[in-house]
Amino acid sequence: MNTNAPQKRGLTAIDGAMVLIVILLIVQIWLLSATLESYLAGYREAAVPGAIISGILFLACLGFYLFVDRIDSEVRKG
Amino acid sequence: MSWFRKPSGTPLWRDEFSVHTADERYVNRRQFTKFLTLTSFGMLVGNLWILARAAFHRAPVYPQMAVASVDEIAVGGVKTFAYPTTDDPCILVRTGNESYVAYSQKCTHLSCAVYYEKEENRLECPCHQGFFSITDGAVLQGPPQRALPRVALEMKDGQLLAVRMEGETA
Repeated sequence: MNTNAPQKRGLTAIDGAMVLIVILLIVQIWLLSATLESYLAGYREAAVPGAIISGILFLACLGFYLFVDRIDSEVRKG
Repeated sequence: MSWFRKPSGTPLWRDEFSVHTADERYVNRRQFTKFLTLTSFGMLVGNLWILARAAFHRAPVYPQMAVASVDEIAVGGVKTFAYPTTDDPCILVRTGNESYVAYSQKCTHLSCAVYYEKEENRLECPCHQGFFSITDGAVLQGPPQRALPRVALEMKDGQLLAVRMEGETA
């Protein structure tokens, strides 16, 4: 029996979560620049949906971080 | 299923500086994920800052300022001036016998000075080849993402007056 299997599975899950966080972060950076451009162009109403969506993306990133933290705790401590 | 990690009796220093090489990969990934999440929080703060600026925005009061007399510049000619403050260069273009347009001279990309390209009848930023429509200041081509802020003009007693800026957030 391979005793490293849970370790490897844990790493795979963490890597997957990290990739998803990176994708969300790229979207969030784009969103920030687009909201800023709109604001500077005088379209101030774009700030509200920009902030809401950015908040949702942050919560998703936080959720993934907590997932990574939990996997890390479970796998390393058994 | 709990989202939060189980309470551990292990001291934090021992958790973060594991003596096992295999565990180090976990620590590195967890710390990098924490860094990414903090970066995401920074993006959110940026968006909230824009929201706060938008919520507490007050419409600026613009002064009236004589820019030029009606026949001062020829058709196709230009004149530069500063409006609403001396730090805001603008460009006035006479596009026809009775038509004038004026825009902020700062390119919306990186604030280089735009100039009027008479042959193509458009405004050009020479730094990164950004082109703007002379009709409404909209971006025609190049890296700028926003139209040039327009100076609203009024004609009074043979004088062209700049009365306000349009299409910009002060």
